[in-house]
Amino acid sequence: MPVFNQSRSRIILIIFLVAFIIIIAQLFYLQVISVKYQRLADENAILRTTIYPPRGLVFDRNKKAILNNTLTYDLMVTPSQVKGIDTNFFCRLMDIDSAEFRERIISAIIKNKSFRPSVFEASLELQKYARIQENLWRFQNGFYIQERPIRSYPYNCAANIVGYIGEVDSNYLKKHTREGYQSGDYAGMTGIESTYEKALMGERGTHVLIKDNFNRIKGPYENGAMDKEAVAGDNLYTSLDIELQQEGEKLMNNKVGAIVAIDPKTGGILAMVSAPAYSPSYLTGSKRRKHYSELYKDPRLPLLNRTVSAYYPPGSTFKTLQALVALHEGVITPQTTFSCSGAFYGCGKPMKCLDPGVFQLQGAITHSCNTYFANVMQRVINNRQFPNMDSSLSSWAHYMNAFGLGHKLGVDLPSEKSGLIPTPKTYNKIYGNKHWNFCTFRSLSIGQGEVLTTPLQVANEMAYLANKGWFITPHLVDSIGGGDKFGLLERFKEKHIPLEIPDSIFEFVHNGMQGVMESGTGRGSKVPGIVVCGKTGTAENYFRGQAQKDHSFFAAFAPRKNPKIAIMVICENAGFGATWAAPIASLMIEKYLNDTIAANRKPLEERMTKTSLIPALMQKQMETVDSLQRVKEAETLLKNYLQNIKDTLQSDDNLTEDEIKAIKTKKTNPPKENPAKQPPQKDIVVPGKQKNASLNKKDSLKR
Amino acid sequence: MNQRNPAISKGIDWSLVWIYLLLVGFGLTAIFAVTYKEGDAVLQSFLKFKTDYSKQFYFFAVAIVLAFFILLTDSKFFSATANLWYVAGIFMLLLVFPFHSRVKGTESIIRFEGFQFQPAEFCKICVALALAKFLSRQETNFSRTRSQLIATGIVLLPALLTVLQSETGLALVYCAFFIVMYREGLPSIILIIASAVVALVIATIVVEPNTLAVILTFIAASAIYILRRLVKRRRGILVTIIFLWFICVGIQRFAVPFIFKHVMPKHQVERIFDLFGKDNPYKKTVDTDESIIKKKESGSSYNVKQSKIAIGSGRIRGKGLLKGTQTRNDFVPEQRTDFIFCTVGEGFGFAGSIVLLGIYLILLFRIVTLAERQRSTFSRCYAYGVAAVFFFHIVINVAMTVGLAPVIGIPLPFISYGGTSLLTFTILLFILIRLDADRQMVLR
Repeated sequence: MPVFNQSRSRIILIIFLVAFIIIIAQLFYLQVISVKYQRLADENAILRTTIYPPRGLVFDRNKKAILNNTLTYDLMVTPSQVKGIDTNFFCRLMDIDSAEFRERIISAIIKNKSFRPSVFEASLELQKYARIQENLWRFQNGFYIQERPIRSYPYNCAANIVGYIGEVDSNYLKKHTREGYQSGDYAGMTGIESTYEKALMGERGTHVLIKDNFNRIKGPYENGAMDKEAVAGDNLYTSLDIELQQEGEKLMNNKVGAIVAIDPKTGGILAMVSAPAYSPSYLTGSKRRKHYSELYKDPRLPLLNRTVSAYYPPGSTFKTLQALVALHEGVITPQTTFSCSGAFYGCGKPMKCLDPGVFQLQGAITHSCNTYFANVMQRVINNRQFPNMDSSLSSWAHYMNAFGLGHKLGVDLPSEKSGLIPTPKTYNKIYGNKHWNFCTFRSLSIGQGEVLTTPLQVANEMAYLANKGWFITPHLVDSIGGGDKFGLLERFKEKHIPLEIPDSIFEFVHNGMQGVMESGTGRGSKVPGIVVCGKTGTAENYFRGQAQKDHSFFAAFAPRKNPKIAIMVICENAGFGATWAAPIASLMIEKYLNDTIAANRKPLEERMTKTSLIPALMQKQMETVDSLQRVKEAETLLKNYLQNIKDTLQSDDNLTEDEIKAIKTKKTNPPKENPAKQPPQKDIVVPGKQKNASLNKKDSLKR
Repeated sequence: MNQRNPAISKGIDWSLVWIYLLLVGFGLTAIFAVTYKEGDAVLQSFLKFKTDYSKQFYFFAVAIVLAFFILLTDSKFFSATANLWYVAGIFMLLLVFPFHSRVKGTESIIRFEGFQFQPAEFCKICVALALAKFLSRQETNFSRTRSQLIATGIVLLPALLTVLQSETGLALVYCAFFIVMYREGLPSIILIIASAVVALVIATIVVEPNTLAVILTFIAASAIYILRRLVKRRRGILVTIIFLWFICVGIQRFAVPFIFKHVMPKHQVERIFDLFGKDNPYKKTVDTDESIIKKKESGSSYNVKQSKIAIGSGRIRGKGLLKGTQTRNDFVPEQRTDFIFCTVGEGFGFAGSIVLLGIYLILLFRIVTLAERQRSTFSRCYAYGVAAVFFFHIVINVAMTVGLAPVIGIPLPFISYGGTSLLTFTILLFILIRLDADRQMVLR
């Protein structure tokens, strides 16, 4: 049988082949050339979740936990899933009205878009948590409760030292790229939390999960082969004595100032009080923002850690160092005698002194004789060994730097300040080249004038004196639980021996300081059974050229033989050093060395605790933060907030004009607080800070 | 069994049987990969007829039994009863109308005592047989237009009934039978005209209307210019060219918009425009909120996008069986049935896809080879019918999953889940094997 059209079978085969080749070409493009689809598939189906390890704990020297972890519960909302719920009932449970409800949903959308979960209410109060938890099934999908670990403070003190954690912002992320942070994470913002962030945060883990087309988690990806488990943060063991810290905060109640106590042998900080203190738990929990702004606005500046960030003139405590320098330089001997008729007349205008008399070195320290030390300083500066005053002042400044003044000590707290030890440069700047002489800065000899120190530096100076010539950089953390992986503690192992000064010289100074407590300015603050070497100080200070009440200082170490504590106390604008700072220091020393305050000293403790010494200026400011000012502040905050919303809207256009208006007309949000930011120190006026201009107006009356 | 019974196994083309088994095995694996969930008791599910892969396995068992029976029958039976099959097929298609399920999207299915049956699938066998019968009739002279029209009518009648059951995809399959007619002498010009019209329609969708009109005019003008010598001698050519130009512009400016606007259902128009990445400009009404949501939910562009992601993410070697993140987690809709190729593409990658397409190509070539060695026209025409149906299914289905063809719901032969389609393809293939076993016989 003839077969017609047989050639057409070939054409048909060619059609088949061409169709298949076209398909294979497309497959080749999809599967071999294009990489887009692989990525899209991963975005589709793979979910990486970060597993947060528990943060490390912090212990004091007696292994008591002073910083712990507990859980808090956030109510989360996914706005796009909020459908068909009983809003009235929900609002009743949450104690809000429906306008507030709407507003929160809108701000959640602005912040995080509608299909992503955002916080509806952070850190639910326990009762609210219980109420919501019970009824959560009614609001399923739209709302859920998320556990979040927060910090707790069993002793409720040392807020400025341990610091707080806060949500990282874009600046923080920029600074810490490649350290595994992402927005929404929490990180240490101040205090130890910030310095030891690396150790405390631990290692984050990731779980790679598979999700399906409805975003439901279906299980681990490749059976967890790509998962990384989280490693818990390391615990920190500090040198703090938490009970001493509590005692210090108690004594500093209603005062403004600072206490720093150091163990001279190790450099470990025993207590570090910055008054007014606040409860660290104040900055966790649901009212965190409100509390933060309260603290932020307080004229007493509780957020400022005065121990390392506030400047004070060292006052008479400085005289001990002057004695050391003069003895070491050989310009005086312990027997060198100066007489004081009531003032120092070396520079024309007299510099007054309260205790006229004839003093050798020991007596001069004991009675804090201004004239004596002015003479000593004059000899140091006019020392013939040096060709000119430039070099003698430089040499003097070099001594001071060696004692740990005028530069950052390197304590393990952020925002430490360096202080100021004036050099020839300083005076050249102020008075012009060579237009100054000893008389220009004679008040340096008694710790006034340009010199500025932090309480920590003074305490360290005491440790240096106690150790007779060496110190270890003061620090809070002694050891890290999992070992010092990041070399954070290296610098606290080194013994600083800045100068070779023989022990005998220190003995003379110690004698003078012991005298202070036995027969001198500090005799009212003896600690029974303990030989304390101390030095009082009363520093004049000015605020915008106006003389304020003197700062009350006391610096000491004890016991004289084998010293165990070096301490510095300052009460701002409280008056004489002997009246306030000395008794407080003596109580602290007693508490630390004897573990308890003797019964006969309890009344003193109580008096100190109860006395209010808030500087008059701050008292006034506190009163003038009145309603008018609040209204003003609220206005600027609102303005910022609206600007914020506008900025957000430009990138995420989800709001209608009406809704923006609704927010505008009804906006009562708390101020936007930025936890990453330190209190803005340049704007604040530390009352202890002296203006250079006022330096030589008046020289001081010293005790 | 076949070895023990030489009467049956004699003359059987075993290569086709092996290819068949290979493909069904491939299909069962793919369905397993889609529907198996961790922790399923596989054996139990087989016994309880619960999961899709176990159901498909039982369908396969039924198909094997049917195939065996087909091999037992006499070849003459098929040629003798071909017209009867056709009548039965049409009858079943008509039966759908009173008995069909009311669920949307399944209007073409007859439910009977828990079984579902889709006559539109099954009717392909009838048409293949009837067309072969008609073309092999002694009195048929296929060079005559009358015969060509009758043949077209045989093919288009069930197609029309299928369209009425909202199964446009299955109806389009009947177009494949034009390949058979082409082989038997349908003038090439028809093929050329058909492809020209398709090209023109695609151009209408892709190119802006006025631009296309200008282009067509330009083509016509240059044709006249090039042929100006011929045109001088024979005016007819000029008239033809102008006539063609007129038809083309007419189709482009009026016919296509009219069909899209008033004839075709909206969702199908959407699918066609989706394929070319365009919005449908012929929407009858303005989108209401509801229609937008609907489009988002059921949008075929979503299916195709997910399907392309799944296939593309398979890369060269694939993610491995049961490891496809996209197909295992239901990102691709209809992936057991129409989009089963995604599972292959994701799980076995480019390599696996090539292997599967290679097997298909071998199958098609083998069938054509078989067709050409038949002595009887009936067998040859039937074989071409089978090849054409397979070709259309494979190419359109795979092209649809990789984004080369509009989404029309037709299954991938032997691989897609579904009893009717597996049985239909099995019967189609085994009738061919049976006919081929008796290729020395001349059937009428």
